[in-house]
Amino acid sequence: MGAGHGHQLHYHGHSPVHRVPAHLKILALLGFMIVVVATPRDWYPVFGVYLLLLAAVIGMSRVPPTYLLKRTVVEVPFVLFAVLLPFVATGPRTEVLGVTVSQHGLEAGVALLIKGTLGVLASLTLAATTEPQELLLGLERLRLPQQLVQIMAFMVRYLDVVTGEMRRMKVARESRGFSARNPRHWPVLARSAGALFIRSYERGERVHLAMLSRGYTGRMPRS
Amino acid sequence: MTPVLDVHGLAYAYPDGHQALFGVDLHVHRGERVALLGPNGAGKTTLVLHLNGILTAGAGSVAVSGLAVEKANLTEIRRRVGVVFQDPDDQLFMGTVRADVAFGPANLGITGAELDHRVLRALEQVGMEEYVDRPPHHLSFGQRRRVAVATVLAMEPEVLVLDEPSSNLDPASRRELADILRSLDVTVLMVTHDLPYALELCPRSVVLSGGTVVADGTTYDVLTDEALMKAHRLELPFGFDPRTAMPRP
Repeated sequence: MGAGHGHQLHYHGHSPVHRVPAHLKILALLGFMIVVVATPRDWYPVFGVYLLLLAAVIGMSRVPPTYLLKRTVVEVPFVLFAVLLPFVATGPRTEVLGVTVSQHGLEAGVALLIKGTLGVLASLTLAATTEPQELLLGLERLRLPQQLVQIMAFMVRYLDVVTGEMRRMKVARESRGFSARNPRHWPVLARSAGALFIRSYERGERVHLAMLSRGYTGRMPRS
Repeated sequence: MTPVLDVHGLAYAYPDGHQALFGVDLHVHRGERVALLGPNGAGKTTLVLHLNGILTAGAGSVAVSGLAVEKANLTEIRRRVGVVFQDPDDQLFMGTVRADVAFGPANLGITGAELDHRVLRALEQVGMEEYVDRPPHHLSFGQRRRVAVATVLAMEPEVLVLDEPSSNLDPASRRELADILRSLDVTVLMVTHDLPYALELCPRSVVLSGGTVVADGTTYDVLTDEALMKAHRLELPFGFDPRTAMPRP
């Protein structure tokens, strides 16, 4: 399994942006997002300023922009929704490239796209410049409830274990001649997902046993 | 002298009615290294889970250095009995090696410099001190197994209980772990299917089969008793003969 530094989203570096304490970065991201979302949706030049600001931070962090752009694919479902909006919304119609669409829907779609992309890029920048462990410490310093921080810590710890298990199941399926080419194969994938869920659940039980064996009584020790 | 582990007439049935142990007697004395052998389904894991009070005896009793395993004593029992589970990914659940090794002693209320000291000493004992700030999932399997041993050593247990310590290790890691276990000044109970490993590390072996102890003697005698071995589905690896591997003790 993967050796070396951090997580898939993390880009190792020593820039000023990497060095800022994690809790400040989290607050900055939160502030940025609130301002972006609160900005009226037709203030296009203002969104341009936000983008420049973000680009400046990315430039300072020395994370290659292509590295971030590749990871913006997580936004695709939102893009699809944004593209649908002009067609399904009601109200006055307007014409774009010879197609009649809803004026309202068009504006809402464009705004969704802009705000979403800004948010995703900003979040990716945070992830790329902060080790997951630092992020958790930052959240702790911001007084996020212990239980939530712990749940996230377990997620970070077991993400690789569970994806490793998922990959081995895929290899095992394909080694027996299976490939999910059409919807008739989906039930197999669904059963694999179910098996993965049960395995993860059982691992959770075993981890709990191991915790009890080392004197865990329901509260994480402060160390 | 009070035995470190004193199991007396231990019987246990799982809630679904499946009875796993039928009156187990086992005594382990200070400084001993004992192998617990037996086929799959013999009740070895069930027995181990009684030693630190995860499971509660249906009948009979378990005591650790004279302290009965019961609800009121669980914290002290779990300090005294260090269980290392088979899959290090189950044992190592924190974000860094340091936090993981500190988890046990911190649960005992140890803090500050003493905690740091314990963590580093435990890691030194398994030769992993330079990995103290790494996340566990970036270590090799053999390294994770060694850190798993350290997580328990940090609690300064009286007895170390290892579940299949050599499983999934490559031969070099397997030997390194043997060297570490030999170097520790602690009582060891080792559950294993790896009979050469038992012979190498443990002068004494106990065979558990069908929920009872069917043999208890020197590992050499157990492994060379062909009738006993055959009756309880124990087999030596191809080409391995205890008579030539090790002179009769």
